[in-house]
Amino acid sequence: MKSIKLGLLGALLASLVQVANAGEVNAAVAANFTKPMEEIVAQFEKETGHTVKLSFGSSGKFTSQIKNGAPFDVFLAADEKNPKLLEEEGLAVKGSRFVYALGKLVLWSAQSGFVDDKGAVLGKGSYNKIAYADPKLAPYGLAAQEALQKLSLWDKVQGKLVTGESITQTYQFAATGNAELAFIALSQITKNGKVAEGSYWLVPSDMYNPIKQSTVQLSAAKDPAAAKAFMTFLKSEKALTIIRNFGYGLP
Amino acid sequence: MTSLDPADLQAVWLTLKLASVTTCLLLLIATPIAWWLSHSRKWYKGLVSAAVALPLVLPPTVLGFYLLLLMGPNGPVGELTSYLNLGRLPFSFAGLVIGSVLFSLPFAVQPIQNAFEAMGQRPLEVAATLRASAWDRFISVALPLARPGFLTATILAFAHTVGEFGVVLMLGGNIPGETRVLSVAIYGHVEAMEYGAAHVLSGGMVLFSFLVLLGLYLAGGQLSKVTK
Repeated sequence: MKSIKLGLLGALLASLVQVANAGEVNAAVAANFTKPMEEIVAQFEKETGHTVKLSFGSSGKFTSQIKNGAPFDVFLAADEKNPKLLEEEGLAVKGSRFVYALGKLVLWSAQSGFVDDKGAVLGKGSYNKIAYADPKLAPYGLAAQEALQKLSLWDKVQGKLVTGESITQTYQFAATGNAELAFIALSQITKNGKVAEGSYWLVPSDMYNPIKQSTVQLSAAKDPAAAKAFMTFLKSEKALTIIRNFGYGLP
Repeated sequence: MTSLDPADLQAVWLTLKLASVTTCLLLLIATPIAWWLSHSRKWYKGLVSAAVALPLVLPPTVLGFYLLLLMGPNGPVGELTSYLNLGRLPFSFAGLVIGSVLFSLPFAVQPIQNAFEAMGQRPLEVAATLRASAWDRFISVALPLARPGFLTATILAFAHTVGEFGVVLMLGGNIPGETRVLSVAIYGHVEAMEYGAAHVLSGGMVLFSFLVLLGLYLAGGQLSKVTK
């Protein structure tokens, strides 16, 4: 009996020691980066023994939450503005900010053959609804607006626009077929370096301002060493390969 | 303090329109259901009760998600509406009305059903001995006696529709004047960190909801007998 108790105690101590060595990182991540982040984190956890807890959402919402004391250690935003704001307000570690991926905008339809490779479908009347993310909230929404304005189609599509509150909801409107077309992130339809379904047009990058997805380490990080280790890993060749495979450009 | 801009005013107006249309439809739909539930002894009464109460416990996003699929171009309802040349329901006011009616159904059925049950069979039996027809008994006896139940149902259905968020967010597509109701407008303001505008609308919502509930409880002395 005694030996069992001692054994249990030993196991408990051993696990405590392990917990003390391995840090924990709480990451707030822009929704469009969900899939690559999961792969990057799996690699990172395997190599370092640290654990990463992931929260996915919109960059604007995370910024509000961080300002109000949300317990995040690193922040991977979909834009450059919000991390910059946090850095200026002293909520993020000065000098820790960098661009980890460049977002690519696509015009996508769940129907195969619906979108041609020049985006000429936009000028035709063959669709009822076109979805984009709220340009006030989502950088991909703003990029979509810029592209439509560049094509001189912005006024023409006004009656057909449907607004998603995030790039995820925008995708969902098109994936369920309720909107024939949607402006979304290439990463959302990319699997293993390929577009899995539907038809799409990769919007030329000179038609919108670059979507510089930026990350920053937060001042309130409970385990700054683990947070820093993750930020470094994000720049590693392994992480960059994953990021590229999911349809992002590299800075 | 920012004052209401025209877009927000439009959202207020749209919300009131949605709540009014939904409430009228709900009273028409809920009354026969409540009557049947309060009188039936069929074995499947439990099934119907459970189905009616379902929106009480389901997250609105579940309802919104399934409605989006059902009403979409590949869903059965969507195929029916295209076949009938009615167009598509998602991203339209009509679609929001359907979502709201389903979402608030238990809030209309249950008070009316309670009122019918509390009344008992006796008044109807007396009316029957006076040779009142079934329809006449329903119109001149049951409906007036159940008035407090109808009042509660009206207020709850209206208020609940005003406060709705998840279903309209998923079905609506945030189109000004068509599907951008108050709760969605507030969400947009908060997300964009326009806290001034969000405060004006949110404060108005708190005041409105409080007044509705206050009215309900003040009238409660009369209502408590029938609505438990």
